[in-house]
Amino acid sequence: MQAPAPAKAPPAPQIRPDRPLSPHLQVYRLALTTVMSGLHRITGLVLTLATPLLVAWLVAVACGADAYAAAGAFFGSWPMRIVLAGLIGVFWYHLFNGLRHLAWDAGYGFDIRAARASGAAVALLTVAAFAATLFLTPAWRWLWGAP
Amino acid sequence: MSGHATRHWRNQKLSAIALVALGGWFLFSLLSLPDPGYASVRAWLSAPSQSVLMLLSGWCALWHSAQGVQVVVEDYVYGAMHGRVRTLSRFAHLAAAVAVAWSVWTIALGGAA
Repeated sequence: MQAPAPAKAPPAPQIRPDRPLSPHLQVYRLALTTVMSGLHRITGLVLTLATPLLVAWLVAVACGADAYAAAGAFFGSWPMRIVLAGLIGVFWYHLFNGLRHLAWDAGYGFDIRAARASGAAVALLTVAAFAATLFLTPAWRWLWGAP
Repeated sequence: MSGHATRHWRNQKLSAIALVALGGWFLFSLLSLPDPGYASVRAWLSAPSQSVLMLLSGWCALWHSAQGVQVVVEDYVYGAMHGRVRTLSRFAHLAAAVAVAWSVWTIALGGAA
């Protein structure tokens, strides 16, 4: 008979204040690649927090014209317009940097020069796509126009 | 839950690749509308092909979101809170997925108009 597989999960890491934690953020020089790695998580979490907005919008479409008008009043308020504009930039950053992560997962672009170059490319593409979405599409009119 | 790391990693790549296309579709379609008013949005999302794409986009976004939150929780939430936060995230994402399905279904059938 086979021994049953160990069912216990590994113990949760203990925080010991008398020892430095690793990785120890203060000892690293902040590099583009470091900042971009952190930003990928932050933008991902921001997009997660934005999913209720998408769901609420979709539910409002399903509920009919009155509900949609109420949602429109909310999304058309000035704080929400700024949030929506920001989300466009966050979306593009996470998408482009996500493609960079997919390339790494496939085994490409690991050396430091390539990582820096792809990081710079993501930054430029994000700014370009953000600007193009805002200024070359009706987004500008919708976000800054009359309510 | 242990022993599912490889599957989780692979599924996260799958949802990411799908979202490149679906996220692009959503933003492009939305910004191609003449206006963001009710009639335009309803007309767009009533077409069967668009219903399917909207359902896939919503579900993929929520799936990818749940996977991402799980990774962050695994890194930063220890002890008793770990399981609670993960369960809460799962239920919240599941509830959102149900709301998306109901909405797409209702819009496609032309009800509640």
